[in-house]
Amino acid sequence: MSSITATNKRGFGAFLWDYLTTVDHKKIAHLYLAGGGFFFILGGLEALVIRIQLIKPQNDFVSAGFFNEMITMHGTTMIFLAGMPILIGLMNAAMPLQIGARDVAFPFLNSLSFWLFFFGGVLLNVSFLLGGAPDAGWTSYASLAMQSPGRGVDFYIAGLQIAGAGTLMGGINFLATIITMRAPGMTYMRMPLFTWATFITSVLILFAFPPLTINLFLLMFDRMFDTAFFDVALGGNTIIYQHLFWIFGHPEVYILILPLFGLFSEVFSTFSRKRLFGYTAMVFATMLIAFLGFMVWAHHMFTVGLGPVANSIFAVGTMAIAVPTGIKIFNWILTMWGGQVTVNSAMLWALGFIPSFTIGGMTGVMLGSAVADYQYHDTYFVVAHFHYVIVGGTIFGIFSGLHYWWPKMFGRVLNETLGKVGFWFFFIGFHLTFFIQHFLGLMGMPRRYWVFLHDQGLELGNLISTIGAFAMAVGSTIFIINIVVTAVKGEKAVADPWDGRTLEWSVSSPPPYYNFEQVPLVRGLDPLWIEKMEGDGTMPPGEPLDDVHMPNGSFLPFLMGLGFFVAGFGFIYQTDYTMAYLALYGGMAFAIGCMAVRSVKDDYGYYIPKEELQKALEGEAK
Amino acid sequence: MSQDHSALFPENLPIEPEKATLEGQNKFFGLWFFLGGETVLFASLFGVYLALKNSTAGGPASEDLFGLGLVFLMTMLLLTSSLTSVYAMYHMRNHDFKKMYLWLGITGLLGIGFLACEIYEFAHYITDYGFTFRSSAFGSAFYALVGFHGGHVLFGICWLIGLLIRNAKRGLNLYNAPKFNTFSLYWHFIDVVWVFIFTVVYLMGKVG
Amino acid sequence: MNGWMGKLRTALLLGSVMFILSACGRDNLTALVPKGYGADISMDLIILTTVVMTGVLIVVMILFTIVLIRFRKKKGDPVINPEQVEGHKTLEAVWTIIPIILVVIMAVPTVLATFHLADDTDAADHINIDVTGNQYWWHYDYQNEEIATSQDMYIPVGTKVYVNLITSDVLHSFWVPSLSGKLDVNPENVNTMYIEAYEEGVYFGKCAELCGPSHSLMDFKVVVVSEEEYEQWVTDMQDFDSEELELDAVAQEGKELFDEKSCIGCHATDNQNYSAGSVPVGPDLTSFGDRSRFAGYLEPTKEELVHWIQDPETLKPGNLMTGSYPELNDDEADKIAEYLMQLKPSEVTAESKED
Repeated sequence: MSSITATNKRGFGAFLWDYLTTVDHKKIAHLYLAGGGFFFILGGLEALVIRIQLIKPQNDFVSAGFFNEMITMHGTTMIFLAGMPILIGLMNAAMPLQIGARDVAFPFLNSLSFWLFFFGGVLLNVSFLLGGAPDAGWTSYASLAMQSPGRGVDFYIAGLQIAGAGTLMGGINFLATIITMRAPGMTYMRMPLFTWATFITSVLILFAFPPLTINLFLLMFDRMFDTAFFDVALGGNTIIYQHLFWIFGHPEVYILILPLFGLFSEVFSTFSRKRLFGYTAMVFATMLIAFLGFMVWAHHMFTVGLGPVANSIFAVGTMAIAVPTGIKIFNWILTMWGGQVTVNSAMLWALGFIPSFTIGGMTGVMLGSAVADYQYHDTYFVVAHFHYVIVGGTIFGIFSGLHYWWPKMFGRVLNETLGKVGFWFFFIGFHLTFFIQHFLGLMGMPRRYWVFLHDQGLELGNLISTIGAFAMAVGSTIFIINIVVTAVKGEKAVADPWDGRTLEWSVSSPPPYYNFEQVPLVRGLDPLWIEKMEGDGTMPPGEPLDDVHMPNGSFLPFLMGLGFFVAGFGFIYQTDYTMAYLALYGGMAFAIGCMAVRSVKDDYGYYIPKEELQKALEGEAK
Repeated sequence: MSQDHSALFPENLPIEPEKATLEGQNKFFGLWFFLGGETVLFASLFGVYLALKNSTAGGPASEDLFGLGLVFLMTMLLLTSSLTSVYAMYHMRNHDFKKMYLWLGITGLLGIGFLACEIYEFAHYITDYGFTFRSSAFGSAFYALVGFHGGHVLFGICWLIGLLIRNAKRGLNLYNAPKFNTFSLYWHFIDVVWVFIFTVVYLMGKVG
Repeated sequence: MNGWMGKLRTALLLGSVMFILSACGRDNLTALVPKGYGADISMDLIILTTVVMTGVLIVVMILFTIVLIRFRKKKGDPVINPEQVEGHKTLEAVWTIIPIILVVIMAVPTVLATFHLADDTDAADHINIDVTGNQYWWHYDYQNEEIATSQDMYIPVGTKVYVNLITSDVLHSFWVPSLSGKLDVNPENVNTMYIEAYEEGVYFGKCAELCGPSHSLMDFKVVVVSEEEYEQWVTDMQDFDSEELELDAVAQEGKELFDEKSCIGCHATDNQNYSAGSVPVGPDLTSFGDRSRFAGYLEPTKEELVHWIQDPETLKPGNLMTGSYPELNDDEADKIAEYLMQLKPSEVTAESKED
């Protein structure tokens, strides 16, 4: 945000152009946070509409059709357009610094990932203005999605296809980065937990997104080209959609939570001034959770009628995930045990996470019990459960991470008072909203209900829930105010405001565009802490001072995103208007043309001469 | 800012020019991961195909359609092309640019031959049997799986042609060696996928 | 599973009654007061898993609280560098092994119950009802009885009743929380489950899978009656003939309008033309006058019915009746309503079973 003030001096045009063409992971992180933040607000407003509609029985605040658009877009937006992009933003901001790298493996691709996400998200939301958003639920199950009139579901397909391609590229990018670009001495078992989590999450993205891609293709073909994958009359089968969706969908929830497990490990360790308890166990627990995450998808389908054998296997598998998750919870508590626990905003969110997520995990195991799930399934119990893990885990984690890395990303420390007040509003509102929903579900309220009826004992619970939602909205608003206040008159951040332990705190806040003049030499886990205890508090260099190779910026990723965006429109409308083919082929040709330009035109990057780096080093020494 | 890129064009190339630079290594790992994702992509399509292969809805079934002769020819073409791309990489490591080009060219021609056979095959099903991707769930699944693979072959051929044209006059260097190598890896992958298609779709469809 | 679990359940239920909302929701709707076999089995597992997991939560919260009290940095505390502990093998083993044991404790009863409830080998010995889900209503075809009806499902008390579920359009899910857990209603295969009610009464049923705008209005009822009443009801339904009804003048005109305005094209009014397995375009109205609700959730008053007949879209958005018949003026709608209210084939009604 500090860069905003700098903008006024440089002119807005230059600032904009800088961000449109950047391939710097730190600036791409800003873009992801801004884009994800925007969609988070949008998704939050959709949530408020849902809760206002359900404030009293048989309410008519919104129509049934619009309500279904709201639930669909709330889920889709929060997961694909808010949660994941913000996480990828945090990964971009921190991971290369944590391993002592100057950028990611494919900076151009990194920028393309962002623009694909951005244009995919915009495409999805443009549907509101063009005759109605998707309305078949974020799962968009085949039978209803095929029957859904209008173009809403087609927007869902095209938008997610484009955004999903970007996410997949991001995953590959992070994997290659962590494998090839670690600083000297940074072995795998010395990597910070957040980097580990980024690595494992990227594996999940890599293997989980292709089934979604295929599933969306099948749905698109059925809707637009009359194929018969899900057409029962021609031998199609809608259960296939559910399987493919959840083979993607279950790992997806781990994609949303594992990075925060990594982040919390850093936060607990930093603010307890203690090494993470059971580091090795934490790494392997993360891997085990990821592995099991691929093995349990059918627990979303206990009521589909898969038979007792499948239901039992998936029930036991699901419960088994509790074991590695439990290991993590206890290790976090033991990390704080014996430490000196500083409670600031970042830590407050992390501390709030422990009881919230434990309740979410607890109901997760309860849901794993197949026969009990016959009652829970598709009710507000499930709604309560996944909000306990996704809000209590992911969103708490995102807020914690933003407070933790804000100084590093933007050079200013977020206001503590506002941070704490916002936390308490959000925390109390969160439990108010969702705790009661466990009971609403068991009392007979299925999810995705536009209205609940009079005299069914559901009035009080829903009212409480709505009140809680508004408290959460207040908490979020306070955070936005905090951003503004900090940008205007926030305290300038030093390089290491939290007395940190990992490499990102060894460079200035914000870091120079090349990150490290010389990549550091890593002597163990928590490398900066080691240097503080045993060395002079600065990282020793891991390479002689030399010219630094940097990638060139490029406008092509933006243009490619734009091309696919236009092609997406063509796809959606080609069944209605022949003219749409113009957009379809034009957009595609444009995007592929940009790709061809990128392939054919050599781009060797450029070098920062070592004299310039030398000067910077001397400046720091002073 | 310095623009000296001589490091990319050394007098003597190292033994493995494709992995000599960080960018080359990144490309190598990046492509492997990409292929990992592609594997899941095709696995999903195989799953869909296996689930729907008997859902013919009264239309033609796999036994009625497939002729193993043509498919055997296609398999040979693609397997051979995989071998020729290995030769090409062998010559790249010996820094023999011309021979690498020759073998890559043959690889491309074999790929085009494969694609021609596939187009003929599809046209045959459509005109002689009226078997389209709208006929039945089986039809949809068949064309989705095999067509998706065909699309990958087509993409590979375009990629190869682009590479060959762009680098025709430049010789081998550390900048373009990783590009040839990644293409070769990709080409092996679509060959492996075809082996599975040959087994699961055609052999099992004819016999099973 | 029922000995100590039973006592525990009583205790927990009493506790939760005081604890939350002074109730567990509306009787005959809530899953927290099971009144049928399936709901009972689910409830046992809900209680077992809740107890085990609450235990874990309590342990976590105790440790968490101790940490916050003992190790929190207070104002003015000097900054210290605590000992950098790597881990503790024994402790880590403890919190790996104990959860595994807990998982086994929960998993074994879960697997047993899953297989137990899925056992449908005795289906042929019991009443079988073929249920079809439609946007947004339910159709019931009583195998071997040659009767069909919609929305209110009548079953006898204290015996297994098999329901065979399929949908004619999109996915639905069949859920009567107080009697049994839910089962999806798929387009490609018949799903079978049984329900067994302990007490007579009218039970609320809900659709639990998003099926379109009026998903939340796709309610239905399960009317549980005594064995004799059930026999009576079946006979009444079989014998009922809407042609032979003695109607007053208004209703008679309504009946003629019902034919004239092509209502009859989609709605059956008796089982005289019953054919096994056929699903009508619109709900079967044979026992319409006996319905506890109509259109899923509307009070069976004439005013509501007239409103519904004239403007179904407002009351149930996205329903398939809208626009499929000529517009009706107040008078016509009134007469049709009058006729429909008189379709009362049996003395055994939902009303007689409502609290």
